[in-house]
Order: sequence, then C-alpha cells, then structure tokens
Amino acid sequence: MHIIDRRLNPGGKSLENRQRFLRRAKSLVQGAVKKTSQERDIKDVLEGGEVTIPLDGMHEPRFRREGGTRDMVLPGNKKFIEGDYLQRSGQGSAKDSGPGEGDSEDAFRFVLSRDEFVDLFLDDLELPDLAKRKIAQTESEGIQRAGYTTAGSPANISVSRTVRLALARRIALKRPRKEEIEELEAAIAACTDEDERVVLLAQLEKLKAKTKRIPFIDPLDIRYRRYEKVPRPVAQAVMFCLMDVSGSMSEHMKDLAKRFYMLLYVFLKRRYKHVEIVFIRHTDRAEEVDEQTFFYGPASGGTLVSSALQAMHEIVRERFNPSDWNIYAAQASDGDNSYSDGELTGLLLTDKILPVCQFFAYLEVGESGGSAFDLSDSSLWTLYERLRNSGAPLSMRKVSERSEIFPVFHDLFQRRETAQEKAAP
Amino acid sequence: MTERLFEGADWDFHTLQRITDACEAVAKNDLGLDVYPNQIEVITAEQMLDAYSSVGMPLFYKHWSFGKQFAYHEASYRKGLMGLAYEIVINSSPCISYLMEENTATMQTLVIAHAAFGHNHFFKNNYLFKQWTDAEGILDYLDFAKTYVMQCEERYGRTEVERTLDAAHALMSHGIDRYPGKKKLDLRAEEKRAGRRRQHEEEVFNDLWRTVPKGAAKSKSALSLERRRKLLGLPQENLLYFLEKSAPRLAPWQRELLRIVRHIAQYFYPQSQTKVMNEGTATYVHYRIMTKLHEQGRITDGNFLEFLGSHTNVVFQPEFDDQRFSGFNPYALGFAMMQDIERIVTRPEDEDREWFPDIAGKNDVMGVLRDVWANYRDESFIAQFLSPKLMRQLRMFHLHDDPEERAGIRVDAIHDERGFRRVRRELARQHDVGYIDANIEVVDVDLSGDRRLILHHHVIKGSQLNETDAKRVLQHLADLWTYDVALIEVDANDKVLREYVVSPRPIPVAA
Repeated sequence: MHIIDRRLNPGGKSLENRQRFLRRAKSLVQGAVKKTSQERDIKDVLEGGEVTIPLDGMHEPRFRREGGTRDMVLPGNKKFIEGDYLQRSGQGSAKDSGPGEGDSEDAFRFVLSRDEFVDLFLDDLELPDLAKRKIAQTESEGIQRAGYTTAGSPANISVSRTVRLALARRIALKRPRKEEIEELEAAIAACTDEDERVVLLAQLEKLKAKTKRIPFIDPLDIRYRRYEKVPRPVAQAVMFCLMDVSGSMSEHMKDLAKRFYMLLYVFLKRRYKHVEIVFIRHTDRAEEVDEQTFFYGPASGGTLVSSALQAMHEIVRERFNPSDWNIYAAQASDGDNSYSDGELTGLLLTDKILPVCQFFAYLEVGESGGSAFDLSDSSLWTLYERLRNSGAPLSMRKVSERSEIFPVFHDLFQRRETAQEKAAP
Repeated sequence: MTERLFEGADWDFHTLQRITDACEAVAKNDLGLDVYPNQIEVITAEQMLDAYSSVGMPLFYKHWSFGKQFAYHEASYRKGLMGLAYEIVINSSPCISYLMEENTATMQTLVIAHAAFGHNHFFKNNYLFKQWTDAEGILDYLDFAKTYVMQCEERYGRTEVERTLDAAHALMSHGIDRYPGKKKLDLRAEEKRAGRRRQHEEEVFNDLWRTVPKGAAKSKSALSLERRRKLLGLPQENLLYFLEKSAPRLAPWQRELLRIVRHIAQYFYPQSQTKVMNEGTATYVHYRIMTKLHEQGRITDGNFLEFLGSHTNVVFQPEFDDQRFSGFNPYALGFAMMQDIERIVTRPEDEDREWFPDIAGKNDVMGVLRDVWANYRDESFIAQFLSPKLMRQLRMFHLHDDPEERAGIRVDAIHDERGFRRVRRELARQHDVGYIDANIEVVDVDLSGDRRLILHHHVIKGSQLNETDAKRVLQHLADLWTYDVALIEVDANDKVLREYVVSPRPIPVAA
C-alpha cells in the first residue's frame, strides 16, 4: 500500500499533444485568430486569449449507426400506459434526448497563450524586404574568449597561463631552482673540507627532496581558455513612424494610426532581435519625439509632409547606415498636404527615402463611416500612386474603421511568394 | 477504536494512510473484498486534466487527438461546464488511484473507498477483466508502446506515423475480439515478442535477396471461395487484426502500430461492457464503507452529511422529461440494483421469491454480491437482476420508435405485470456492446484479381451507417489496405441496402 505525492511531478504532460493538435489545426486556429483579432483591441489581442474553433474540422471518424427503428427504455413514466403514442416533436418526446445518439461535437473555445496567439497571427506575414531578410534570418552566434577556467578540454589548455601559475606557486613554496642545485653540486665537487662537504651534501639532499615534493606543474596550476557564445546580430531594423498631427487629423484618425504602428512594432520585434523605433510627428514642421509625446502629445497646425521626410532623411544619414540597417517607414496621414509641397515630397521620396528603405507603408486614415473618403483621391494618395506605378517599394492602403486595421496590415505584409519574380522584369 | 480519522476538512499524508487502513479493514473484514495492492497518488487539477486526455492512463504515446481532448476538457473546465472527476482509477496491479488535492478529507475517504476498494475489487474479480486484460502487464506495455511510437517517428517520420495511427484510431472500435477462445493477453510477453521480432528482422536483413530472381508465378487456378476464405480467416470482424495480418503492403512497423492500438482497444473493451456494474459496485462499496466508518464513530456526523451530499449527487437519476436527462446514469442504476439485491437477499417479498428463487432470503448479502460482481456484465446483469420493484420505483417504460409510424412513438411496455420482462429485456439489450456497435466484418478479398476488400455491414432494425463518417473511415481502411475497399450494407434477408467503394489515396502508406 503506497501513497505517493505526484503533485510536484512536472505538469503539462499534454503539452506535446497540445502542440501537435495546434499544428494540425493550424489553419483553423489561424482563421479563428484573425476573426477574434478584428473584434478586439490590439492590446488585448496581443495578450493572447480565447479563440473559438469548430471541432468539426478536427473530426475523428468512426463507424456510427443512425436511423432505423429505435427502442429505448427510459425512467420517469408518469402517465403513459401500453399502447400510447407520444408526439415526435415538442415537449414530452424523448426522441431528442434518447440514448445512443453518439457524441456530438460542438465548437469549443480554446485558450492560446500570448506567444501562440501572436505567432499564429503573424505566421503568414513577412517583411517585404527582398535582399537583406536572408541575412536577418541567419543571425548567428559567435564565439568569444571569456577568461580562464579550471576545467575544460585539453585542446584549450592555456600553456602560458598554466606555467605562470606554476611559477608563482613554485616561488611561494620555495621550490629550489635547477641552477641552485647545480651550484651546490659544483660546490660539493670543489669542496675539500670533509665536514663542510657533509653539510653541503645534506643541503643537497634536502633540496632534492623538496624538488620531488613540489612538482614543476601541479594539476591545480592548469588553466583552460574559456569561450562564451555571444549572439552576433547580423541584421537590425529601424522603423520610422511618421505621423501627421495637423489640425485636420481627428482623434479617430490618430487612433487608427497608432494601432497600425503598434502592430508594426510587434511584428518587427518578432523578426529582429534589435528593433529601433523612431517617432517623427509633423505639422508644417517635423520633430523627433519620444513615444509618450508621439502618442499622447497635443500638437496642431498646418501640413507639410516634406518636413517629416526631410527629418527622416537626416536621421538616417546620422544614425542608421543603410548597409547595416533594415529601414522601414510607416506613414499615416489623412492625405492632406499643402499644394506647394507635393513636388518636394515626391523628390525627397524618390531620391532620398525610397532608395534606402526596405519598405515604405503609407496608410491613409479616414473618418469613421468614410463616405467622402472614397470619392476622390487625396493629393498624397495621387502622388504615391504615381510613385508606386513607377516601381517603388511602396504600399498604400486606406483605412477608416478600427476593424480594418488588421486586415489591412495583413494585406500589406502578406507573404509574397512571387515578390522576386515580380521585381525581376 | 473510536478515534476519529480526521477533524474538519484538512488532510495530510498520515491522514490518508489512516483513512486507507480504516477502509481496508472494513473492505476485507466486513465485505470480504479481494483487491490488488493499492497505490494512491495525489495529483493537481491540471494533472487530472492531463490524465483525462490520455484515456486516464498515466503514460501514453503522443498523438494530436489527445491534445484535442485536453483542449476540449480544459475549455469546458474553465468555463465551469464540467467538474473534474474526483478520482481516476486504473485497472493495473498495483491498482493506481489518483486523488485530487482539492478534495476535502471526507471526499478523499469516499474516493479511496470507491476506487481503491470498489473498482479495485471489480477489476480483479470480474470474469471479463480476468479474461481479457492483463493488469500486471499494462503499464509496462504502455511504456513500450510509447517508446515504440517515438522510435517510429524518428525513423519513419512523424507524418507517416500519424497517418497510420489516425487510420488505426478510426478502426479502433472494430479492433476487438468479442468472443473468448483466444488466449488472454500477456502484454509483457507481447512486448518482448515485438522486440525480438524487430531484432530478428534487422539480423536477417540482407540486401542480396532483393536481387534474387522471382520464380514463375504460381498457377493461377483460382482457389475455391471456401478455401480462400479459410486461409484468410474470413469472415473476420476484427478489422485491425485482419489488416495487421493480411494487408499486403504495410511495413512491419505499421503492423506493430496496428497491433498496439488493437491491444489497447481490447484492454478497454471490458470497461465499456461493465459501466453499470463497475460504477454500481464501487458506489455500493463506498456507501457501505462510509456508513460503517460513521457507525464506528471514526467520522463525525458532519463528515457523514457531507458524504451523503456528494453521494446523492452521484446517484441522481433525472427523469426522461427532465432537462438534465441524458440516458441512464450508470452510477444510479448500478447502485440501485446492488441495493435492491441486498434487499432481496435479506428482506424478500413474495414477488421477489417468485422472480429470484436462487437468492431471495439467502441472507448472505456479500456472498451473493461477490458472485454477481465476478460473473456478469451489464447486459446479463440487468437481464438477470433487474427486479419488478426497481422498475416500478424508477417508473421505467419502453418506447418503440418506428420512423414509418405516423402516429408517433409507441409506448411498448410499462412497469406492469405485462411489461416487466419486456422492459427488462430491452434495457439489457441497450447495454449490450455487441449490439450497440455496428456489426461489420470482412467477408472476402479477391487476391488473384483486383484485390478488392469486401466488407459487410449487417444492418439491424434498419439502422444504417452515417454516410460521411463511413466514407472517411473507409478511406483510412483503403489507405492501409492499399487497394479498393467495398462496404456493403445488407439487411437480415441479405438484401443490399447501400454500397460504398473507396480507393486508396495516391500517397502510398507503405514506403
């Protein structure tokens, strides 16, 4: 008779099975994740949580009988006598609840961890950077010297350090040096006085004994070179968030823009170990600000889009060498720009910004409802469209509702199987 | 002797030890139970969920469907739709009972009495378990199965293994030998044999033999139908066994996987035939033990009331027009019948003497019950021991639903003199696993022709197979067989009702 406490056993024995299930149900769960994410705030979405998937998609078939005549014995007869008939539908009929119906499987809610959720959400997305991404994926671990250790493989013995330690020990323990012994032996050979000779011989014996006692190299002297693995970031990314905060941008529009940036940030964070993020807001002049100011600071004024691009260009020149950094920019605006600025904006983009950018996303935000939104293209939209048609790595979308943020984002970063081919001709 | 086992709701391991000793004393001395050695393990709710998802076994091979089970149970548990079972007990020697740490001391006592003595006695003594299961070998065998599946995944790829297991699971309920005659499984020997066979295969593998020229094909003279069937052991209703032995293109490891799934299905087969008896026994035993402990003053009135509360919930039987009704509750029916037998044995009425001349007034309750527990399964148990009094008490009635009948569902029999035997017979039939499962068997295969496998489903009372599911299962079957498979549904007069033909999917199951 044993009583065993298993509570401390590692739990999660089903984890592996659960992961297998997730892998198998991936497309279903992914669909569910997307659906769920449309209904929720980004913050909540990134916390992970429940999704509902139809169990039917993961059905395990069995031979089941159905139909035919059925006999059943039930408890709780109150009024029936032999030969009575029960109506088939409605109350009092036992048909629906009769036994032997087989297990029915409903859709069920399924709790995903934060990581699982974000992974599934971002799974089929990819950064549209054609060249550098490959480098980004091969992010490697380098090896670096990191001092000495007392244990290791023989190949790593550091001879000089070992000998140095041995020497120090020998000196401290007063091990006689070879020269001393030779000197003494010479003295003995030269000595004529018998008494002195005996004394010298005794000295020599003592020294030789000491030599034996104190080894030249003791195991405790041995030092090995130690190596440490260090992650060597091969590629890094910087994201520029350019936001129009001019008077024409309503709270709703800013909200849409912020959501988009947040999502982009999470996305980049997944792909790169090092993501820098630069916030630039602009009215008719641009400034680099911190996150708090960017998202919550009040500012208002006219609109000069070129100012933001100019600021971005300068920051790139100063801090982010395009050969080391993957540069992304996301611009959110309501599309209004002062008429005179159009040409300058176009020039800046084609000459300075787009050549160094992996990808430039332009998000045009509109008022909720967005009826006037569809009527005519804004001045920026027209400009960007022209650029895109001439082959610039530029994507643009219009958004007017919160729920559109995810689909649009998804759309922008959809894995492009044929991106290379498209770019080639 | 009247020292209390515990005070309040708290317990520690010494308490559990005292409780077990006290229960054991009652079980052995008063009830005369004969049990496997007990092993009691305390686990958390999460571990209980884990155990649920691998059919209650402590170790099992990995498969996605267990992950699905886990997700399903976990979700309904979190939503509060489902409480966790208080206990899980495993038919093994030693008999392992899992207790949840959340339980109060009273509940632990109940669970120990229920699982460690009630179920345990039943497992050890019921003829079906004796005949079909190998309590000593099961844990080792599951360990072997787990390792074997893992090795297969390493060697042949996870997808391949998963495909085979999926197919085997779909046919699991048709991987059972229903009739005794075969030897009882000895899972330890089984495991050794599998190991030896693998070793043998590796030893005798010689690539040279592949280049040996094949002799001229054997004469094509068709074997006579009878002879062919006999060679293949047809008709065969154990589909997994048939595939394992006769499927032409399965790799040896795939046959071994089918074998594993088949053995596990066989191990659980007695449990599906004895739900009412098994739960009834355990419930009756815990009721007797708890009552005795209360009489001895070893648990307080308060504890006993707490126990009665749980006990009443467990044996609650909603009536057919109740929202909560979902068929007969095996705990309720089983317990009621055990108590009824006790009544018949000790205080029979004239009716009982007439119906149960063998046991009425015999006065040796435990002797009679132990005999019943050892020698019956649900179907025969109900057919023998459901008394008129209990049928009246539960107000049982028999409905006959013929879709052709316009007037509705007919009440065929009720709990009166005319109806007793018919109600009892029908209820017994409802608990006959052999009757509930579709009766499907391999009847023929054309080995010299197109190698099409032919199965028959013997339709009973016009109840045919669900079409979608049948097609999917047949697809799995065809994938394993690697040639066409035909399933013919025939009624009692051999009239063909429906016919399915499925071809294997192009991805070959065998490499």
